Amino acid sequence: MMAHDLQRLALQGLAKKTGISKDIVDYIVCGTVIQEVKTSNIAREAALGAGFSEFTPSHTVTQACISSNQAISTCIGLLASGQASITIAGGVEFMSDVPIRHSRYMRSLMFDLNRKKSTGDKLGIAMKMLSGKALTPELPAVAEFSTNEVMGHSADRLCAAFGVTRKEQDEFALRSHTLARKAIDNGYLTDVLSFKIPGKEKVIKEDNGVRPSSMEQMAKLKPAFIKPHGTITAANSSFLTDGASACLIMTEAKAKELGLKPKAYLRDFLYVSQDPKDQLLLSPAYATPRLLEKVGLNLGDIDVFEYHEAFAGQILSNLKALDSDHFAKKYMKRSAKPGAPPLEKFNLWGGSLSLGHPFGATGVRLATTAANRLIKEDGKFALIAACAAGGQGHAMLVERYP
Amino acid sequence: MASSQLLGALRTIGKTNHLSKLGWPNLYYSRAFSVSSSQSKYLTYRVEDGVAVITFDTPNSKVNTLSFENSEEFKQILEKFKNDNTAKAGVLISGKPDCFIAGADINMLQACKTTEDVEKVSTESKDMLMDVEKSSKPIVAAIMGQCLGGGLEVAMSCHYRIAVKDKKTTLALPEVMLGILPGAGGTQRLQKLVSLPNALDMMLTGKNIRPDKAKKMGLVNQTIEPLGPGVDEPKVNTRNYLEQVAIQTAKGLANGSIKVAPRKKSMVDKVTERLVSYDFGRNYVLKQARDKIMKLTFGNYPAPLKILEVIDESLKHGYDQGYKAETKKFGELGTTKESNALMGLFHGQTHCKKNRFGTPPPLKKIGVLGAGLMGAGIAQVTMDKGYSTILKDVSEAGVARGLNQIESNFNQKVKRKRMTSFERDQLLGQLDTSLDYSSFKDADMVIEAVFEDLGIKHKVIKEVEAVVPERCVFATNTSALPIEQIAKGSSRPEKVIGMHYFSPVDKMQLLEIITHKGTSKETTSAAVELGLKQGKTVITVGDGPGFYTTRILSFMMAELLRLFQEGVRPKQVDKLSKKFGWPVGAATLVDEVGIDVASHIGRFMKDEFGDRYTDADVSFMDDMVDGGNLGRKSGKGVYLYQKGSKDKPENPAAIEIMEKTKIEPKMELTDENIQWRLASRFINEAVLCLQEGILASPIDGDVGAVFGLGFPPFFGGPFRYLDNHGAKQLVERMERFQAVYGDAFKPCDLLYDHAKDSSKRFRSD
Repeated sequence: MMAHDLQRLALQGLAKKTGISKDIVDYIVCGTVIQEVKTSNIAREAALGAGFSEFTPSHTVTQACISSNQAISTCIGLLASGQASITIAGGVEFMSDVPIRHSRYMRSLMFDLNRKKSTGDKLGIAMKMLSGKALTPELPAVAEFSTNEVMGHSADRLCAAFGVTRKEQDEFALRSHTLARKAIDNGYLTDVLSFKIPGKEKVIKEDNGVRPSSMEQMAKLKPAFIKPHGTITAANSSFLTDGASACLIMTEAKAKELGLKPKAYLRDFLYVSQDPKDQLLLSPAYATPRLLEKVGLNLGDIDVFEYHEAFAGQILSNLKALDSDHFAKKYMKRSAKPGAPPLEKFNLWGGSLSLGHPFGATGVRLATTAANRLIKEDGKFALIAACAAGGQGHAMLVERYP
Repeated sequence: MASSQLLGALRTIGKTNHLSKLGWPNLYYSRAFSVSSSQSKYLTYRVEDGVAVITFDTPNSKVNTLSFENSEEFKQILEKFKNDNTAKAGVLISGKPDCFIAGADINMLQACKTTEDVEKVSTESKDMLMDVEKSSKPIVAAIMGQCLGGGLEVAMSCHYRIAVKDKKTTLALPEVMLGILPGAGGTQRLQKLVSLPNALDMMLTGKNIRPDKAKKMGLVNQTIEPLGPGVDEPKVNTRNYLEQVAIQTAKGLANGSIKVAPRKKSMVDKVTERLVSYDFGRNYVLKQARDKIMKLTFGNYPAPLKILEVIDESLKHGYDQGYKAETKKFGELGTTKESNALMGLFHGQTHCKKNRFGTPPPLKKIGVLGAGLMGAGIAQVTMDKGYSTILKDVSEAGVARGLNQIESNFNQKVKRKRMTSFERDQLLGQLDTSLDYSSFKDADMVIEAVFEDLGIKHKVIKEVEAVVPERCVFATNTSALPIEQIAKGSSRPEKVIGMHYFSPVDKMQLLEIITHKGTSKETTSAAVELGLKQGKTVITVGDGPGFYTTRILSFMMAELLRLFQEGVRPKQVDKLSKKFGWPVGAATLVDEVGIDVASHIGRFMKDEFGDRYTDADVSFMDDMVDGGNLGRKSGKGVYLYQKGSKDKPENPAAIEIMEKTKIEPKMELTDENIQWRLASRFINEAVLCLQEGILASPIDGDVGAVFGLGFPPFFGGPFRYLDNHGAKQLVERMERFQAVYGDAFKPCDLLYDHAKDSSKRFRSD
C-alpha cells in the first residue's frame, strides 16, 4: 500500500457519496507534505487510480499542515477565474511509510559507481559504501529548516510565553478526546469512510487515536520536548497518523444545473505568515480577526469555530493571544484585543488532538466538519483556522447553504 | 595508555591560545567590573510557593555589580532567609534580563592602598559566599545575561545553577585580564565544578563560556530556552519563565525530588584527576601550563602565574589552604603595576565606548567603496549590525573577492555556532553589491577604502558627491593621508572625516577617527556612532601626518630599519620585541602591514618630519619593493611565507639588501638597547602627539596604542607606563641614545616636564 492508495479511496468515496460522474470533474488538486518520491504528483496518480477521467488534469500542492486548505483555495481560484466549474480538493499523508533516503555521501558514491569502469574501482567504491558515514540514512526533516527547531519545542516555548500551564493543556486535550468520542458515538462524523486495507480482510471504521483518558493518567507523562520542565507531552499533542480527505467544490450555478444540494458556501479565505521562530504556531490568532474584518463580520456572528489543534498548548496560546491587549497592540498592530472564540462553539466534534493529524489531509477535514456542524447545530457562519510550519497559517469563512 | 590520556588533557590546556588575548589583537574586556554608585535598595525578597526569591536589581543602572554597599544588604537578606521558616529554599535572580551580575565594582580595588586592604576585599566577599554555600536550605542561581567575575563566583557558591540559552548569557572569570584572580573563592569552587583543564582554561584566559558549553562542562546544572513574545516582551517573558523554573527546581531540591547530579566525568577527566593526586602528575600538569604561560607572556604578567600557584596549593593541601592562598595572592596582585595598568585599560575601553559628540541623526544606509581586504571587512561589520549596506567596487572580480571574504568569515561563525546558516543567508541576502553608484542616492554615510592616493581619493569624492544626498557623511579609510587635504576635493568639507580601521577589520577592536579643522560635530558624532555600533573601541584624534597610531608606529619602524641596517636580524628583533611585551614581533609586523605600504608611509613621514623621523638611507625599502618583497601578501618580505607551513625563515633577498645598505652600529647592540630604541621613540612620539593636540587626552592615547598597535598591555599604554614607571628614567635613556644618534631620540618638551616633576600624572584615573 502506498500514499496514493489512501488518496485514491478518498476520491472514490467522494464520487460515490455525492453521486457525481467521475468524467465531469474539470480539475483535481491534492495537498501533501512528505512526498512519496515515486508519486511526486500524487494527485494525478490517485485520480487515475480512482477511475477519474484521464482527461481531468490534476496537480499537487504543499504548504505544510495547511496543504489541503491550499488545495481548496487553489480550486476556488480555478472556479473564480473560470478555468473550471467542477473541482475536487483533497489531501493525503501516509506517515507509516515516509521516504527515508540514503545519506548524501552514499548518494554521491552511487553516482560514482555508475561512472567507474574497472571492477577494482567498483570494489573500492563498494567498500566505501560499507562505512557508517555512508550507511546512516537521512530521515525527512522534522525541524524547521530556518531555525532548526522542532515544532513541539517551539510550541512549548510558546506556552511558557503565554503562561499556559500543563494542567490547562491536559484539560483541553481531554476535552478534545471526550468530544471526539461523543461525536463518533452519536454518529456525527458522517464524512468518515471505512477503509479496507489492501490485501487484508481488516476494515478500519474509525480513528484509533481517540482515547479519552483521565487528568491523573495524563499528569503522569513526562514532557516530550523541553526536559525536564516543559509542559508539552505526548498526551496533549496531536499525533501523526495516516489519512486522506477530499471534497467537491463547484460553482453554485453548476450545482444547480446538476441538481446537487451543496452543504455550504466557501465565502472567503486568507493566508498569513509571521516569525517562524517565536511565533511559529500563532497564525490562527493573526488570521482570525483579519478574516472577520475582510468579510465584515464580528466574532459573535460566527456559530462554529473549527481550528486545527496542533498542540493543546498551541490552541490555548492562540486564544490567549487573541485575548491580550499587549499582544494585539505590539505584534498584531491592532488598537485593542480582538477577543477569543468562545469554547462553547469551538471544535465540538474533537480535533487534531484526538482525531489525529495527517498533515496534508487535515484542511479538508476542518472544512467539511465546519459545514456539517453548521447543518447539525443550525448555524450560519463557520470560521476555520490552522497554523503550519514556516510560521504560516490560513483562515476561511464557511456559510451554510440555505 | 594512561599517560597518553593525560597528554590529551594537557593538549586541551595547550590548545587554548587565548592567553595571547592578553595582548594583540583581541584584548577583550567584558563588563566584568564596572562602576556604580547608588544609595537605594539593591535587593528584594519575597516568598513564593515556599521558595524565597531574592532579586538583585541595581536601580538606575544597566548592570548589577558587587560593591561594599550591596554586599551589606546581601548579608542582611541572607540572614533573613536563614531565619524565614516559610522559605524552604531560595532563588537568586537578577531583575535585569541582560545581566545577572557583571562582576565586582572595580573601584573597590582601586581604592585599596595596601595588599592588606586588597586582601580584606577578598576575605569579606569570601565569608559572605561561604555563608551562601553553607546554607542548609538550597539556593538556586537563576542566570540570564552576563554572569562574570564576582558574579560567577556568587553563582558558583549557590547549590544549583540554571542558565538561559540566549545570546547575551555568558559565564566567565575574566579577572586575569585585569591582572588579578577570582578572589572570592572562585579559584576553588571552579575546580569543584569543572575538570582541571577546563578550570585552568577559564581562569587563565578569562574566556566567555556559552550556556550550552557551561552545561557540558558542569558549570551550570540546567539550561532553559529563551521565549518569544507572549503576554509580555520576549526578555521579560524569559526572565519570568527562568524564575518559575528556578522556583520549581529549588522546591524540588528542598524536598529531595531533584538531586544535584554530579558532573559526568570523561575518561580523560578521571585519569587527570587521578594523576594530579600524585606529586609527579600535579607537577607535570602545572609545569606544562606554566611553560605555556611563559612562552606566551615571557613572565610579563604575574596574574596567570599566581593563579597556577593557588591551584597548586589547593591540589597539594586541599581547598581550605587553597582559599587562603587565593586571598593572599589576590592581595599581592591587587597592588601590582600590571593590574593597575590593565584596570586603566579597562577604564580606557569604557571611555572609548561612549559617544561624547552627541546623538547624530539616524543612520540607515551605509555605502562602502572598494571591496578589498579593508572595504569588505568594513562592509562585514556594518551589515551585521542592521544597517543597509552597499559594497561597491570598480570590477566584478573585485566585488566577488570581497563577497567571498565576507562569506568565508560568516561560514566560520556558522561553524563555531555563533550564527546559524539561515542567519548567514539572510545577512548575505541583504548586502547590496554594486559596480555603480545607483544605490547611493539615499546613503547616509559613505566610507571609502580605495587606493591610498590623493588623486584617486579626490576623484572618488567627486563621484560620490554627485549622487549622495547633502546629509551624507564622507568617511575616508586612510592610514596616513591628512584628512584636510582629502577634504579639499569635497564641496562639503564639513562632511569629510577620517575613519582609520585596522586589519583584519572584523577582528581588530580599534577604530581611529580623525577630524580635520572643518569637520562638523554632527559628522564626528555620526562616525563615532557607526564605529561603536560596529563594535569598535573608538578614539577620536586630530588631523596631521599619520594622525596618532600610524605616526607613532612609523617612528618605531624607522628605528627598526636602522637596526636592520646595523645588522640586527628579523628573528632577533621579533624575539626581543615579544619578550618586551609586544604581541607581534616588530619585524613580523612590517610584513603584515606590507613593505610597500610602509615604504609609502615612510617616504611621506620623512618629507613631513625630516631627520627627526630618520636620517638613514631609505633606499632599503625601495629595493625591497622593487624585488617584489612586499610582505606576507606577496609571500615574501623580511620573511619567506610558505602555504600550509607556519614556519617562516628569514628572506635571503631581504638579508642581502640589509647587508648592501649596512651601517656600523654607533652603540652596543644589547638586547635592552634594541628593545628601548624601538619603544622609546614610540612612547616619545605618543607624548608629542598629546603635546601637539593630535590627542585629546592621554586615555585615548593609551587605548589607541594598546588596542590598535599592541603596545604591551601590562604597561597599560604609553601614558600609563610613564605614570607607573616614571618619565625620568625614559628621558635619561633617550638622552643616552640622543648623544649618539641625534634628534631621532630627542625627548619632547612634555616628556621633560613629567621627568622634572615626578608628581605629574598623565592619567587621573
